Amino acid sequence: MTGSAMTGPPSSERWSSWQALDSGRLLLMSTAAMLVLAAFATATISVQHVEKKTALAFGGFIALGELLRLALPGGREAAPIAMVGGLSYALLINVGPSNGHTASGSPQPASALMVIAVAAIGMMVGSLPHIAAGRPAGLTGMCTRLVAIACVAFAFRPAGYALVHHHSWEVALAVMTPLVLLGWLVDTVVGALIRADDVGARFSVAITDEIRVQWALGAGVGASVIIIVLGAEVMGLAELAVFLGPLLVTQIAFRRYAGIRATYLQTVRSLARVTEVAGYVEAGHSRRVSRLAVAVGRELGLPERDLLQVEYAALMHDIGQLSLRDPIPGGATVLVSEPDQERIAGLGADVIRQAGVLEEVAELVRCQSWPATGHKPGPPLGSMIIRAANTFDDLVGASTERERSAAALDRMRQDQRGYNPTVVAALSEVAGRRLAWRL
Amino acid sequence: MVSRAAWLYIGLVVLATAALVESTPVGTRVTPHFWRELVILQLLFLICDSTPAPLVSRQTKWSPSSAATLAAVVLLGPVAAALVGAVSLVSIKRQLRLDGRLFNGAMGALSGLLAGKTYLYLHGTVGLPSFGSKSWVLIGAFAAAAAVHVMANQGLIWGVYRLNRGRRMLRNEGLESSLPLLLVSDLGYAAFGLIIASLWVLMDAFAAVLVLVPLFVARWAMGQFAEQQRAYAATMKALCQAVETKDYYTRGHGDRVSFGAGMIARQIRMGADRTDAIEFAGMLHDVGKLGVPTQVLQKTGPLTEDEYAAIQLHPMRGLEIVREIGFLNEALAGIMHHHERIDGKGYPMGFAGHEIPEFARIIAVADAFDSMTSTRSYREAKSIADAVGELRNGANTQFDPLVVDAFIVALEREGWPLPAPAAKPTDLTVVTVKDHDDPTAPLRVIDVP
Repeated sequence: MTGSAMTGPPSSERWSSWQALDSGRLLLMSTAAMLVLAAFATATISVQHVEKKTALAFGGFIALGELLRLALPGGREAAPIAMVGGLSYALLINVGPSNGHTASGSPQPASALMVIAVAAIGMMVGSLPHIAAGRPAGLTGMCTRLVAIACVAFAFRPAGYALVHHHSWEVALAVMTPLVLLGWLVDTVVGALIRADDVGARFSVAITDEIRVQWALGAGVGASVIIIVLGAEVMGLAELAVFLGPLLVTQIAFRRYAGIRATYLQTVRSLARVTEVAGYVEAGHSRRVSRLAVAVGRELGLPERDLLQVEYAALMHDIGQLSLRDPIPGGATVLVSEPDQERIAGLGADVIRQAGVLEEVAELVRCQSWPATGHKPGPPLGSMIIRAANTFDDLVGASTERERSAAALDRMRQDQRGYNPTVVAALSEVAGRRLAWRL
Repeated sequence: MVSRAAWLYIGLVVLATAALVESTPVGTRVTPHFWRELVILQLLFLICDSTPAPLVSRQTKWSPSSAATLAAVVLLGPVAAALVGAVSLVSIKRQLRLDGRLFNGAMGALSGLLAGKTYLYLHGTVGLPSFGSKSWVLIGAFAAAAAVHVMANQGLIWGVYRLNRGRRMLRNEGLESSLPLLLVSDLGYAAFGLIIASLWVLMDAFAAVLVLVPLFVARWAMGQFAEQQRAYAATMKALCQAVETKDYYTRGHGDRVSFGAGMIARQIRMGADRTDAIEFAGMLHDVGKLGVPTQVLQKTGPLTEDEYAAIQLHPMRGLEIVREIGFLNEALAGIMHHHERIDGKGYPMGFAGHEIPEFARIIAVADAFDSMTSTRSYREAKSIADAVGELRNGANTQFDPLVVDAFIVALEREGWPLPAPAAKPTDLTVVTVKDHDDPTAPLRVIDVP
């Protein structure tokens, strides 16, 4: 829901990247599938050597985490609790005194493949309710997590385990911290690769976005893993139950945060339509301009944070017209004089500034009329994008005629003072794709 | 300023804490070890308490500092827990006055002490925890202590609110609207107390450092939510004001109707979620007015059937705009039906009695009241008493009598944010606008023969 406007329509000109996407996903899934197959094959042989209680506890933990997935800003999905469960099982050293009498006996520590088998079963069980409820199974996310957990497990077992097994907690901490970081890195990089293809962004931009969204959750997951592994030495499996409390409430806090962000976006999208209902602009104008502006911004490599601001500003770019006594004929600001354009932009920016939290958005709206003001250091890129998208939609509207689109682009290309050539080039790219997709 | 009653209350809490500490044996383990661990836990408490996350209400802030107190409950016993909680007195927060510090310190100490006593009472052993065969006894005792700690904390805060409630309540000044959720969160994070204590067995004081990371992630998430929620509310308000700029006289109308609807909702003890939803619905109830042509809104004489129909359509226009927002359906129904009348003569559907959704019945009362107490170009504002009289007259015909009663009770308690006395706008182009909300001057429609 959150990112429905952020994910543009698939394009035929990008077939190459579509295939890349398919093969990227395919590669990920087949890697995961092979890991699972190998894990199951060995697990059935060596199952009697593994402590069943521990495996069951961690598997259950992972299943619960997979059941309680978390929507993050930008239409992402994470399962932090499943990740915590999987990574801590991969790094588990010793299960404490409550199981002391059994731990002193024969059971071997779980092998890396055993860890993968338990994680895979947990994930499958946890995703069953999602499938039963008709929600997407989230296979990509599960495969990503499984690969990350597998990387950590293979790195740690058996060499790392042998190293820390008989040493003090300082050694364990020193070995585990980089491994936890590795797990997070694999998860983030694979996630960014998949996402870059999904939304058509550059990988360098996608990875920065991913890190920006994931760092807090990642830090929490990493610290939780270390605490669970070390705590289990003292508290035994009860540690898992105790730690579930803070994990669950943190997840609730994240969920509320993502929820309010989604509602925020929905509200701005809806309220921006007041200009349409009041007859100031053509129906669908704000939404089309914002979609176009976001697509152009992405084409130019803007990070997600800036894209969100461009989206807000584009949705509200005409809000200043509400202060006009009479609607402009047809609502097309491109047809009014420059001083009037400036006045409307200024009024709109004032409205947005009232909120007190959207200073940058207000600035983007104000600067969209820069040719009139002779903006000295050059207007912000976002403003140039919105101006171009607005002009394009004023001239072309919902029409899909190639000629109208080409004429609008030509007009902007010739007006070097009013439109930035780079932005117009990106717009032309996006517009071409849009037409190709519609026809 | 703090009232005398509040000072008395703070004094009582301090006294109770002192008396209880006095009567509690410090424990068996007053060694140099004890003091070192105490100081480390106090430091952890100080770090958490000095960097609290704001909550939506702005009145209280939240920090995961209770983890330190509860770790002291397990490691060092009740008196030490009180000493850790008392650190709130000196926490490094700007803009905290003496009375606030005193109360926080006493509250921290008292709840720590009570939690410690609960833990002992339930056979929890003080000292480095050992999780042998009796680990579930220890965990159970700790869970009870954590629950007592959270309850004592929130109970004492609630007391302060009650005492300050004598003064006029401003919007958002109540307790956090999501109090149950806050209680659950506090309870969840309390588990860190036991986690610190058990890690202490392995890594000594480094346990306190290790838990700082998840504690700060928790704090970050809580703070982010509050920040987004506030940004959301502020943006929504700004957009609603933009809608109202066209008409000088109705500025602030949405905001006041939102306030009134929230007031009634609290009076009839609606849940926190529904109260939030009705406040949003009140804010947005007239956005559909934008879809009514300006000439119709500005017409002074009687309206033609068509023009009247255009006005009658505005709730549906409003619904059209806000439909896609992830609201409760009830809020949408409230916007759609806020001009229905109990006698069935309203619009757009002509619903009667309890056919009208509850939200709409509430918004209708707040809407009419604000319209009557605001100045209009064709009349002065009515006094609050006169407007209340009009509401009473309209009960059973236009308004739901139960809602009117609830509104009047709440009004006496909370007061009403009257609009700034409308100095006549100097802008000469302002035109007379008939207020469609005004129950004392109903819209006239030309009878077509």
